[in-house]
Amino acid sequence: MKEGLFILRENIPLTGSVWQMDLEGDTSAITAPGQFVNVRLDGKFLRRPISVCDVEGDRLRLVYKAVGEGTRAMAGYEPGKKLDLLTGLGNGYDLAPAGQRPLLVGGGVGAPPLYLLCRRLVEEGKKPHVVLGFPSLEEAFYEAEFLALGATVDMWTQDGSNGKKGLVTDGMRAAEYTYVYTCGPEPMLKALWELSATSGQFSFEERMGCGFGACMGCSCKTKYGSKRICKDGPVLEKEEILW
Amino acid sequence: MVDTQVSLCGIPLSNPLIPASGTFGYGQEFAQLYDIDILGTFSFKGTTAQPRFGNPTPRIAETPGGMLNSVGLQNPGVDAVIAKELPALAEIFHKPVMANVCGSTVEEYAAVAERLSACPQVGWLEVNISCPNVHAGGLAFGTTVQGAAQVTREVKKAAGDKPVIMKLSPNVTDITEIARACAGEGADGLSLINTLMGMRLDLRKRKPILANLTGGLSGGAVFPVAVRMVWQVYEAVRLPIVGMGGVSSVRDVIEMMLAGATAVGIGAANLTDPYICKDILEELPQVMEELGISSLKEIIGGAHHG
Repeated sequence: MKEGLFILRENIPLTGSVWQMDLEGDTSAITAPGQFVNVRLDGKFLRRPISVCDVEGDRLRLVYKAVGEGTRAMAGYEPGKKLDLLTGLGNGYDLAPAGQRPLLVGGGVGAPPLYLLCRRLVEEGKKPHVVLGFPSLEEAFYEAEFLALGATVDMWTQDGSNGKKGLVTDGMRAAEYTYVYTCGPEPMLKALWELSATSGQFSFEERMGCGFGACMGCSCKTKYGSKRICKDGPVLEKEEILW
Repeated sequence: MVDTQVSLCGIPLSNPLIPASGTFGYGQEFAQLYDIDILGTFSFKGTTAQPRFGNPTPRIAETPGGMLNSVGLQNPGVDAVIAKELPALAEIFHKPVMANVCGSTVEEYAAVAERLSACPQVGWLEVNISCPNVHAGGLAFGTTVQGAAQVTREVKKAAGDKPVIMKLSPNVTDITEIARACAGEGADGLSLINTLMGMRLDLRKRKPILANLTGGLSGGAVFPVAVRMVWQVYEAVRLPIVGMGGVSSVRDVIEMMLAGATAVGIGAANLTDPYICKDILEELPQVMEELGISSLKEIIGGAHHG
């Protein structure tokens, strides 16, 4: 973990409520896809944990949903602003068990952390198959970005507005895969956990106090005892998850 | 050259800073960030006889100037603390540590106190009779004169020669009554304040944010409440006070000491600013000079005199 000041370079909407923020600063503490940063916001006590979408050199990309007061204020931040971030938080995804054709399943703002994962898997010569799920086409994002990485992309909408009505579980049913990586709302994770034919890694979300393992604010029970989502997670292995 | 030393219940501290229980784990996370030997000491996570998972999540909520938590004393239990955490701590911290003792019954408090007081690394016992997030014990003892007196009495019997510091709740009508009850049973010191009980609602769900419904308020918002209570307790009893509650700067530390604190706890600020204690210690000599303070010992309770 590192604390550092980042300069905001770009902050643009991807949909009505999802924003993409590019920052510049010391990213050296970020060691794995699926990790997160904890962002200090003006006038707020708690930092806001946001997953890393992409990192390259001193550039850091975050994709976040403006859902509460804090993240809505964040959406209003202008380029040039300096932000205080704790970086390199959480365990992140382990690429080792991926196999040749890993399945990456993202629901809503669960999709962004899979982007860096997908890029790294492609760099390793793997053939990731990405399943994305959104409520509607209007709320969908990043299909083109995943395609540009060279992944196979299969996007579903709940209302069918992209011509493909269904859930990410429909995508999983139709796919052939060697391993599962996923991030999204808990009911989605649970459905995938029940349906998945292979082992996998599931990334969880929880309200956090510190984000680095000190306060026990985000604990969960696993088969191997209690774990802190922020420090021992957010990525848990399929075999250890208790619902 | 300024003197930052103080003495807490007869044990010298190189400075008065004590990260508060529940915000510093067992030191490991912070030891990766800075040398934690720079601290006066720290109070480790509240420890019970058996392992406790604590309350369901969500356990954390934002508030104006602070936060609510309803962790509920999650800890691995006293056996694991002695077998694993204390040996691991010995690698990274080379000063006496403050052991935070919790329980659901008077017997449990005494049993945990007996075990921890026998550990050579433990300098002080801090007895938490003020956790607002557990349904048995905790606050139930800390909000009545009889309860506070009973726990103090039994822990004192179990603690050998280790100083016993009773941690008091602000969720009472008159904190000085509780302070006097602890003093009357031989407490060696008092720490205050624990968190203030609060609640936030989720407007979309029209329900409390915290799964436990209520939680403990900490952070800058509670600082003036803490200063007031430290002031009152300082006037009421002649015991050293560990003053805490929303302390987040050097000036807060000095204000807390002027109100009557011998040492100063840093709590929620560690969570949002993990380097806060290091930063405060680096800035302390300069601010002391600015304020004409040559020795911190001399300002304890300074606002009451003259």
